[in-house]
This record gives sequence, structure tokens and C-alpha cells, in this order.
Amino acid sequence: MPDEKVVPEEPERWSTWTGRARGWMLKRLPPDRLLPEDQPSYVASWIYVFGMGAIASLVFVIGSGIVLALNGPAWYHVSALGHFVNSAHLWSVELLFLTMVVHLWGKYWMAAWRGGRALTWMTGAISFFASIGAAFTGYLVQTNFDSQWIAFEAKDALNAVGIGAWFSVTDLGQLLTWHIVLMPLAVGAIVALHVLLVRVHGVVPPIDAAESDAQLGGSAAVTVAEEPPTAPRPVTESAAAAEPALVAHQEVAR
Amino acid sequence: MIPPLLAAAADPVGSGIFLGWAPITISIGNFIVIVAMVVLFVAALFVPFLHDRDE
Repeated sequence: MPDEKVVPEEPERWSTWTGRARGWMLKRLPPDRLLPEDQPSYVASWIYVFGMGAIASLVFVIGSGIVLALNGPAWYHVSALGHFVNSAHLWSVELLFLTMVVHLWGKYWMAAWRGGRALTWMTGAISFFASIGAAFTGYLVQTNFDSQWIAFEAKDALNAVGIGAWFSVTDLGQLLTWHIVLMPLAVGAIVALHVLLVRVHGVVPPIDAAESDAQLGGSAAVTVAEEPPTAPRPVTESAAAAEPALVAHQEVAR
Repeated sequence: MIPPLLAAAADPVGSGIFLGWAPITISIGNFIVIVAMVVLFVAALFVPFLHDRDE
């Protein structure tokens, strides 16, 4: 049976920019690492769940937001279904921030920027701040007295720093464009990059993991062992027997 | 006197309940969310994770 594993060719062999781009991507993120079937044993902990919880919440935010946007910003005032979808949008945002903050706390206390993961950490922080910006513009498109009050309080601050002419919080049309087009594109792009970087470097191991741990994939393994990066592999009984650190991690995970 | 309908429109979600300790003031809703996040964080560290039956 032929080996189906994709082996990236040498960059010198590519003659076009598309080929070079493909080689660059295959080298850093081969398909088995982009869509892995297994994760290291230390990922079997609830603290590793909240990143995916945030992404699931974001899917609900975008889905309910699309329905609201297609029906117009005033729809939920006059429709029971609109009111329900608007509430689903609000509560999925609440869940997004709740899970994102617990994810942030977990990654902060395990120093998740270790092992060449600085860019992963930075994109996570940027996506957090971009999400706050998206939520703020959401407050401004409620088409009620609450949004009017917020807009007329905010405009003075924005005018004071000289950007009120370009970012007018009292202009519903402009704010709607920011909220349903620009900010979702920004958040989506940054979150996608964040997830791809997690795939490239692997999930950050526990802070007390031994440097010789065979499960340390990605750039951390390269730094420690001077070997090519390998995708995190599942723990087997034989591997656990050969590597006591794996047993320790399994015990921690349990 | 403000008509009830106008008053309701001007304050669609109610004034809310606020908790205060000296200089700190926080709405009950925000307080509940923060407490929920702390509880989830601590629980995530100590609650055993689910495992497959064959594991």
C-alpha cells in the first residue's frame, strides 16, 4: 500500500509563487498536523476545553448575527422570532466572552507563549481586543434609547481624539457596517490565524513537562531535541512504559 | 409626569441591582458572570476529565 503521507519537496524545485507558497505551507503545516486525529494525553483536562468553547460560541454569534442582519436592525422590536434571535445573539456573546476569559486565564497561568508560541499568544490577545471592539459596536446598533445614550456619550470622547469625522458612532449605517462586516472579518481572520498557529506549534504542554517528553511536538521539540517537528502523537501503553513522564501526565490529566 | 410607555422605552432593561463595597460598585449581572468564570476556572483545574470506556 503506498504511503499517503505528503512529503513537501525542496523549495528550490518550485518555479512559481503558487508552488513556493504550497511548499511553504506544506512544510509548516502538513495535512496530518492541520487536521490531527489525536492529541497528547495532557490535553485531557477541562482547562483545554475553553478555547474550542469560545470558537463554538463564535459560530453561534455569527449565525444569529447573520439572521439579524438579513432582517434589519429594527426587526427584533416587532417580531417575537426576532426577539428570540436577538436574545440568542446576546447570550452567545456572553458565552463567547465567558469562555474566552477562562481560556485566557488558563493559558496565562500555563505560560502558553513558551516553545515559540509568542505569535499564538499575541494573536489570541488581539482577537480578544477585536472581540471587545465588535461587542462595543453591537451596543451601538440596538436601535433603542440605550444605543442612543451610549452613542452620544461616546461621540464626545471620539471627537476629542480627532477621529469622530471618520468613525461616527451616531451614524447607524456606518456603525452597522462596522458591526456586521468589518469587525466580524477582523475577528474571524485573527481567530483563524490563531487556530492555525496552534496547529503549527501544537497545544502547549503543562509547565512542568519534562523537556525529553516524547509528546512535545512542534517547535518546542525542535528547540529541545534539535529534531524535525513532529505532530503530537497519542500515548500508547508501550510508549507510556518507555517514558515515565507520559505516565505522570496521564495521572495529572485524570 | 412621564407616561409609563415613554418611561419603559427610556429604560428598556430596568435600572438593575448594584452591589457596592466602599469604592467598588458592580451590577448584579456582571458580578454573577465574574463569579461564574472563577468557578469554571477552578472547576476546570480539579474536575476529572471524561475518558473513553475502552481507556
